[in-house]
Amino acid sequence: MPPLRMRRAAVGSLPMVSTGLLAADGIVMRFGRRTALRGVSFSAEPGEIVAVIGPNGAGKTTLLSILAGLQTPTEGRVSHGVREVGWVPQQAAVYRKLSVAENLRLFARLERVDDVDATVMRMLAQTGLADRAGDELGALSGGNQQRVNIAIGLLAGPPVLLLDEPSSSLDPRQREVLWAFVSGLARESATTVVFTTHNVGEAERYADRVLVLADGELLFGGTPAELQAAVAGDGADRDFESAFVRFLHERGH
Amino acid sequence: MGPLRFLLVKDLQILRRSPLLLVLLALYAIVIGLPVGYAVSRPPTKPKVAFFNEVPASGNSFSLGGKTLDASKYADRLFDAIDPIRVDSRQAALGKVKDGEAVAALIVPKGVTQALQAAVSLSGSSEKPTLEVYYAADNPLKRNYVEDTINAQVAKANQALGRELTKVAAQYIGVLLKGGGFSLLGQRFDVLGLQRSTAILAEVERTLPARGAKRAEVERVRRFAQLAVDNLDLSDAVLSTISNPIAVDVNTVDGQTSSLDGYAVAAAVTIALMFVGLLVAAGMLALEREEHAFGRLVRGLVGRTALVAEKILLGAIVAAVIAVLLVLLLALFQPVDFGRAPEWLPALVVGALGFGAMGVAIGALTRDVRASSLLAFLLSLPVAALALVPSGSISKTAYDAVQAVGALFPFKPTLQALDAGLNGAGPALGTSLLHLTILIVGYGLLARLGLRRFGART
Ligand SMILES: Nc1ncnc2c1ncn2[C@@H]1O[C@H](COP(=O)(O)OP(=O)(O)O)[C@@H](O)[C@H]1O
Ligand SMILES: [Mg+2]
Repeated sequence: MPPLRMRRAAVGSLPMVSTGLLAADGIVMRFGRRTALRGVSFSAEPGEIVAVIGPNGAGKTTLLSILAGLQTPTEGRVSHGVREVGWVPQQAAVYRKLSVAENLRLFARLERVDDVDATVMRMLAQTGLADRAGDELGALSGGNQQRVNIAIGLLAGPPVLLLDEPSSSLDPRQREVLWAFVSGLARESATTVVFTTHNVGEAERYADRVLVLADGELLFGGTPAELQAAVAGDGADRDFESAFVRFLHERGH
Repeated sequence: MGPLRFLLVKDLQILRRSPLLLVLLALYAIVIGLPVGYAVSRPPTKPKVAFFNEVPASGNSFSLGGKTLDASKYADRLFDAIDPIRVDSRQAALGKVKDGEAVAALIVPKGVTQALQAAVSLSGSSEKPTLEVYYAADNPLKRNYVEDTINAQVAKANQALGRELTKVAAQYIGVLLKGGGFSLLGQRFDVLGLQRSTAILAEVERTLPARGAKRAEVERVRRFAQLAVDNLDLSDAVLSTISNPIAVDVNTVDGQTSSLDGYAVAAAVTIALMFVGLLVAAGMLALEREEHAFGRLVRGLVGRTALVAEKILLGAIVAAVIAVLLVLLLALFQPVDFGRAPEWLPALVVGALGFGAMGVAIGALTRDVRASSLLAFLLSLPVAALALVPSGSISKTAYDAVQAVGALFPFKPTLQALDAGLNGAGPALGTSLLHLTILIVGYGLLARLGLRRFGART
């Protein structure tokens, strides 16, 4: 697609190769006459945790699925190959009739990891599900299913992990566990994490940087504190959530 | 091959963990397959039969007891139960059977009137008047039905002719008994009659000397005449046993036909293949979507084409296993030629792949297992029904349309391949297998396209 290449050359500022660095450039996504994304560009550093927040229908899932290589954007491009990105869909993509270990083993084989058994053992330990290894997924709680879902996304040890609404089906305690786990990943293995959420507090607490998406448009990219500061004058004492709502309101959303 | 194998094993594992579902599926396929196989389409009434009368209109009559009868009147009796397509050559009649417009051809050969004349003039002719019937070889169920119909109608015509014969013979005998006039070959004869002869003989006897040799002889003649008078009264009953003046000569157009039971096995196995192949392939592909695994798989782990191939294979494996079980079960009740396994086994396997491919196309169009099963189920009944419509039961155009539509689904070619493999009947095995191969590729492509369209969202 020569026009896209020219576009990219024109932007020219995004280094496209470097492990753990994720970049999206001028992503436009149209479904028929409806435009879900209107030229979204951003990048993330190794070990950085980025939250994508925005109202329902803003295009968060669409953006993530493009980053994951699940959909091809109408325009624009992403830096990574499909295999370098771990993908954790919103709904647990697991086989409920198979056991935890069988799910992990199947996807480890499909990912062509070097030592399937060792990888499965490692993931079981990491997710704390070693004692449930033989249980059918369908018999597990939503939280535990989500753990397996995430574990599958991590099987190939990808430098980038994408999570779509990872906490939406979890109770508060399970959320704690999840975020501790994700923070550990970023810290210890410099994994770049991009997640979507409509729990704004979570974004403030766990993300190094937030991207605000509304109606397919990227309205803001910066730290949570910068977002709060960006809200006009009197907002210094506001909490992050009302600052976010105010921000959207000021931008006409 | 690697990812395909892993997925196949995974799916078989999932199926194995749903034993109730599997058992129900197998039972269902067998429970539906058996009775439908054996009872498929008692064909509708009044089958179309091509009719050619070789006897010229002028030569249609024969005389019986001085009356001139029209042979075509007896042929017409056949048409109470069949719908005749009148044609003007033997070739055309056979052609109608070959192209499926008529279920059978009925031919009245040239010599039939003379033979009939000979039969009814009680001249002791050896040759029975014979009708020729030709059946299509493609469907023994249908053939069975038409054969019954024609035989029943010929029996009726025979009965009517027999009654006519009896009446005429009785008239002759009445004249012999009571005397009177009758005409033969345009001449009128006046006959004395046995009863009057006896009376005359009694008169003569009385005029002769009581102990003379002449009187004794006349008495013997009178006694004989009296005996004849007494016994010819029974002749009506004797004459009515004259039966079946018309015979039917049965032939088959286009190669061999399998026995009804052999065909039923093929039909039952095809129905089982269809249910299991469609439901498993469609359901298990839809399950990838329902479990949201589809998006994960097509992200570089498994190609969409490999996924389609895997599900076709999966549906085919399960369907073929259940179908083989059904064949073994059927073999308990009737002969199945296991020596022919090198022929029917490939037919069974390729047929299973055909249904697997169609199932995958269904599965690609649906998002969850329930919808896919429902769609597979809804499609399977009309698909089977289409393939089992007997030729000649509907108009030629409608039949051609049904054939054309039926050719788009794997049912008919599978049935034909199995019939060829199991019974050595119908069109060549290779033709049906080729047909199935084309359908497998076609449905595979359709499924692949369906996944491209709907595959983006997981
Ligand atoms: N495959 C699709 N076909 C048509 N419209 C879609 C498709 N995927 C997403 N959309 C539309 O794009 C918009 C963004 O959707 P999505 O990314 O799911 O939003 P979010 O995750 O932020 O709630 C919505 O209006 C949605 O209806
Ligand atoms: Mg979403």
